[in-house]
Amino acid sequence: MNPSVKTLVRDGLWDNNVVFAQMLALCPAMAVTTSGANGLGMGLATTAVLVTSNVLIALIRRFVSPDVRIPVFIVLIASLVTVVDMALNAWLHELYKVLGLFIALIVVNCAILGRAEAFASRNGALASFVDGLAMGIGFTFALVVIGLIREALGSGTLFAQASQLLGAQFAFLEIRLHNHGGALLMILPPGAFAVLGFLLAGKRVLEARLAARKKSSATAAPPESAPSAGT
Amino acid sequence: MDLETLKSHALYPPLLLGCVALLASASLALAASATREAIREAEARDLRDSLAQVLPAGYADNDLLADSAQVETGRGAPLTIYRAKRDGVTCGAVFRVYGKGYGGEIVILMAVDQEGVLLGARVLKHTETPGLGDKIEAAKSDWIGEFSGKSLATARWAVKKDGGDFDQFAGATITPRAVVNAVHTGLETFRQHQSAILGRPADGNFSSLSPLGERARERGEFFPNETFSQEKEHGS
Repeated sequence: MNPSVKTLVRDGLWDNNVVFAQMLALCPAMAVTTSGANGLGMGLATTAVLVTSNVLIALIRRFVSPDVRIPVFIVLIASLVTVVDMALNAWLHELYKVLGLFIALIVVNCAILGRAEAFASRNGALASFVDGLAMGIGFTFALVVIGLIREALGSGTLFAQASQLLGAQFAFLEIRLHNHGGALLMILPPGAFAVLGFLLAGKRVLEARLAARKKSSATAAPPESAPSAGT
Repeated sequence: MDLETLKSHALYPPLLLGCVALLASASLALAASATREAIREAEARDLRDSLAQVLPAGYADNDLLADSAQVETGRGAPLTIYRAKRDGVTCGAVFRVYGKGYGGEIVILMAVDQEGVLLGARVLKHTETPGLGDKIEAAKSDWIGEFSGKSLATARWAVKKDGGDFDQFAGATITPRAVVNAVHTGLETFRQHQSAILGRPADGNFSSLSPLGERARERGEFFPNETFSQEKEHGS
């Protein structure tokens, strides 16, 4: 079993997206997405840990006996997060001051254990690396989308304070949509549930439409000119 | 003996888990010792930056980190203070106060001039809800800038909901309340231990002595349990 890179990327970003399809890691996805920049920070930190833990676990997978695999994975992930936390604090202190709040939360992100269990413990290091990267980017994408919607509706800005996270040259990302404040509800936890609910519903509708169109075009079109996209 | 037969042995799982835990602890210890110096340096740099933020530009001409002292306040651990000096005369003090916020402890650095007027305050560390409680950070909102120039006498140190002068945030009251209360406590501590904090002899004559201090001095027990020791900065 050696899934192609294309499948892995597609899975991570859309078909099997951590938040939108697997419905994992909802706690950090809801808790930190009060703004696009927060979502981006949490997503990037999680991606780093996810890639490293996937590779590490794929490398030792042959030695791990099934009875103790979960505790072994947990110990590895928790140590990894702690090391990342200390390293960021020491050498990327400015970034740490922004991300510091989120890093400890990564330990309890079940998506990481989920990938370790479902993918890395059954596949090679390279495939696990790609899987971790794709899943991480998919997670980041989900968090940024939820964060941006909540931020736009809740405080009327987009990517506020992104320059704190990415550096001053990214200050152009910060957009103020209007000055009327916004619906506080969107910043509060109920806003996260509402946004996620609408996004999930939207994804389902979109997928149903796409499937229906594919089906109708497949039956209507002559076999020679069958659409090549969407394999 | 191949790996599969080894794995089926009853002792394999606990030994494996033990080894992994051992390796993980070892790597954590290694990482901790590798990063300790860098973290300490980064935090010292942070502290220097924060000290510069709570004190108005040009307020002091000394290196505050090198001019620190421990003051016993009779409550918990001794207070570490950094004295601001101009031409060798102490003209203010910077110290940390702690508030109990919604998500845990909030560490605040505050600067007070010799009369007990707040020069500035900054939140150094907190674990409040991002997007709600984190407006106490100077980088995210100028809320804490409102504190500057106020003293015990000129402001009611509580959030508006509690009848004070300071705004709470929409959706977050506990966090600003914790900050306001902590700074309030800091100002009171300063009033009670003014001479020790400023490093002046206890029999000095101040215009802004608190009534409590006056009474205590009349009874001849001015700051009885206060000790203060000059403490040079260790390392840098």
